[in-house]
Amino acid sequence: MEFFDNHKTLFRTALGLFVGLTIIVAIMPAINNQENNAPLPNYEPLSQEAYLGKKIFIDNGCVACHTQQVRNVDMDKVWGSRPGMPADYAGIDRTDFWRNTATLMGTERTGPDLTNIGTRQPSLAWNLLHLYQPRAVVEKSIMPAYSWLFEIKTELGEKDVEVVVPDAYRKGISGRIVATQEALNLVAYLQSLKQTPLPDGKTPMEFLYKKKEIPVANGNTSSLPDGKLLYTNNCMSCHQANGEGLKGAFPPLKGSPIVLGDDLELFVNIIMLGYDARPEYAVMNAVGTDNNLTPEEVTAIINHEKTSWGNNAKTVTPEEVKKIMDFIKLTSKK
Amino acid sequence: METKNIFSESGIIITLLLIAIPIIVASILVIIKAKNILNNFLKKKELEKFNEYLKGLSNEEIQKLEQRKKELEFSLSNNELAGDSTPTDIKGLIDNVSETSSLRFIEQKKKSQTRPYIEPDLTKLILWYLGCATFWLLFGTTVGEYVGIKFVAPDVDHYSWLSFGRLRPVHTNAVFWGWASLAMLGLAYYVIPRVSNLPIASIKTGYRTLILINTSVILGSLFLMAGINNGGGEYREYIWPVMALFGIGVIISLKNFYKTIAKRTTKEIYVSNWYIISAMMFLLVIAIIAYWPSWQNGLGETIIQGYYMHQGVGMWFMLFNLGLMYYFLPQQLNKPIYSYSLGILAFWVQILFYTLIGTHHFIFSAIPWWLQTVAIVGSAGMIIPVVAGTTNFLMTFKGSWYKLSGSYTLPFYLIGIIFYFTGSLQGTAEAFKFTNLVWHFTDFTVAHSHLTMYGIICFMLWGFIYTVVPRLTGKEPPQITVGAHFWLALIGLLFYTFPLMYGSTLRGLMWMEGTKSFIESVELMAPYWLWRAIGGSLMWLSHILFAYNFYVMVKKKVEIEIPSSPKDILIAKMVLENQEVTN
Repeated sequence: MEFFDNHKTLFRTALGLFVGLTIIVAIMPAINNQENNAPLPNYEPLSQEAYLGKKIFIDNGCVACHTQQVRNVDMDKVWGSRPGMPADYAGIDRTDFWRNTATLMGTERTGPDLTNIGTRQPSLAWNLLHLYQPRAVVEKSIMPAYSWLFEIKTELGEKDVEVVVPDAYRKGISGRIVATQEALNLVAYLQSLKQTPLPDGKTPMEFLYKKKEIPVANGNTSSLPDGKLLYTNNCMSCHQANGEGLKGAFPPLKGSPIVLGDDLELFVNIIMLGYDARPEYAVMNAVGTDNNLTPEEVTAIINHEKTSWGNNAKTVTPEEVKKIMDFIKLTSKK
Repeated sequence: METKNIFSESGIIITLLLIAIPIIVASILVIIKAKNILNNFLKKKELEKFNEYLKGLSNEEIQKLEQRKKELEFSLSNNELAGDSTPTDIKGLIDNVSETSSLRFIEQKKKSQTRPYIEPDLTKLILWYLGCATFWLLFGTTVGEYVGIKFVAPDVDHYSWLSFGRLRPVHTNAVFWGWASLAMLGLAYYVIPRVSNLPIASIKTGYRTLILINTSVILGSLFLMAGINNGGGEYREYIWPVMALFGIGVIISLKNFYKTIAKRTTKEIYVSNWYIISAMMFLLVIAIIAYWPSWQNGLGETIIQGYYMHQGVGMWFMLFNLGLMYYFLPQQLNKPIYSYSLGILAFWVQILFYTLIGTHHFIFSAIPWWLQTVAIVGSAGMIIPVVAGTTNFLMTFKGSWYKLSGSYTLPFYLIGIIFYFTGSLQGTAEAFKFTNLVWHFTDFTVAHSHLTMYGIICFMLWGFIYTVVPRLTGKEPPQITVGAHFWLALIGLLFYTFPLMYGSTLRGLMWMEGTKSFIESVELMAPYWLWRAIGGSLMWLSHILFAYNFYVMVKKKVEIEIPSSPKDILIAKMVLENQEVTN
């Protein structure tokens, strides 16, 4: 054919077809999404610290293993309370002239999604130790250790934040391990990662592919959710799988007077609102409130803790727990 | 890490077995040696006794022995039927007689065809391209191997420059832009002048491109290790000034190729040139859109990212390699391509569908639904060009299958074509919604990208390089190392991908089930990550062999050859006599 034997028309046609389709499926939608989306009204821009921390997150290629997107499918429910939407990313602009926008949505979950990590794990002490040596808190983790974000000092300065590292991971370091500003910034960024709440009256998109609820047999105790799984997801990273915590950072639950004792109100209070009464340990955040734990879930966790690792205390019922939680809600709303 | 658990892992057990094999073999050797020494001692004793007996041998006995010896040594003279005249072969019918002088452990494959005339300057340029590409292959996969090991041993080092997140893009970008791209461009410098039937417009431009691309990959790798990157989009980790060097390199070579094609002495433009020129034009479009430094806020970045990463592999690597295949395959089989028009159909359909499928990396994400749907439809549409291409190549093979066993290059072609079919269709399957639920975010994607970038692109490129370089230099690689390269790469790839696909399927299902914690899904993957490291090691080993083969093909030193065929003998005699005259 004549047409195919003329290099000018041939290559122009091919290029034209490609560019035309590109405009339709890439350029137009990109411009459209860029122009027509605004951050949610409750959106909080990153603080200066968190902004610098995000740069560290980018520089070290953390996105290779951590996504930041909650898809609208049921299996992603663990990563956020609602599916992500264009507005969630609308506040993110180009990093600078040299570097592109970092939405950091990612394509691989070798590690957990971080969309809501600021709610799930806000503890500064935990995050610093985890960055210094992930295996000190999560034994099976394969995350790199970011020990170069920390320095060794013989004496603590006034503003220095020390990281209490278990002996097994100190590797003969005798000085004090102190977080650099970079490490603190990075943690500030991680703490800032929270799903922005929707404006009042707006219902979020639904999660698709819901699992069919398996009807549970009658009886109160058997209808409780899996306490061990809840413990693993919400408590284990600090208090550890063996319930023994980490010396100098996270208290043990094995043999703990609070866990074994009868003061259920204090126990539920700690889970729901956090705890900062003991200077030798790190501050505990409001795990229960942050993660919207239901009375049944709290009960399951409490009962798991009361009966594991050699603990042998009387279990509690969801009704008792619910009463205390209602009270907490009432008083904390004021 | 706990050592107690590791020894119950099948992967570790197999590794230990592999280590044990040489130890066992060594022990067996020691036993055999000891037994020999003992036997020797006993035999010596026996010999002494026998010597005593020999001394007392009588004349009669000696005569009888001599008589018997003569009888046993009787043989025919071998010309009882043929007589004494010399045989002749006036018409030269008997040729290429292979004499079995020793056991042939390796089958003798067909030698490369004789060298066509190629300007020595161009030869040098192409060899430089392929040499640099080989270097980046070694560099990139060494980094890849190390990164793979980090999945099994995360505490192997604690240096910021060598941390996982920084090295991973060093690996992917070095093999993309350093190895595959340079190899493709180098081969294009061979193909385009051939099919246009005239010399390349400018050799100097070729060198400029080579320098620009090498600079880009060197700078890019250093920047990434230092923590300077573009912000998280895969294969888009180099910052734009670095990628601009690469882009300028491609622009000037594109102009160079275009000029050559414009002046061609053939009427038609051979289909290879369609693919190659388009790949280069499209890459520039893709790169400019993706790297233009003043847009892509918010989700715009993600939409462009999906477009960029998929067009990068499909419109640059795949299209380019298909173009090279349309030249090298018919030439290796010594017959025209099965259907020229199927090639043309595949070309247009590939542009039509491939352009649409970028966002299939972000299914169920916040990207508009219509765009996701278009991507899924486009992915399904890709069946047409893939089937058309595969059919075309396999039908070209038809009737020439016997050539496969006698060639050391064709197996690379065949594996490339097979993975082109399976790898591409796997990509289509992954884009469907259910499979996306199971496999998205898992290592299945990593396995898929290795099946395609390695199984298709690398195998094809190796096939082309083994075809072209002997023609340029007149030297062939040792068959045994080519064979070892092929098998190690293939087996390594299977060890790498299959366990990874199996493990990540389990992982995806575990996530969907939702009754186990995330960290358990990390634990689950441990054995499969170990298998990946083992497969990766085999692949890496094969690249060292490839580099060696390449070295053998291009090294300057000429091996001393004793002429054996009548033609060579006569030539040698003539050369020798000429020398004597001039002396």
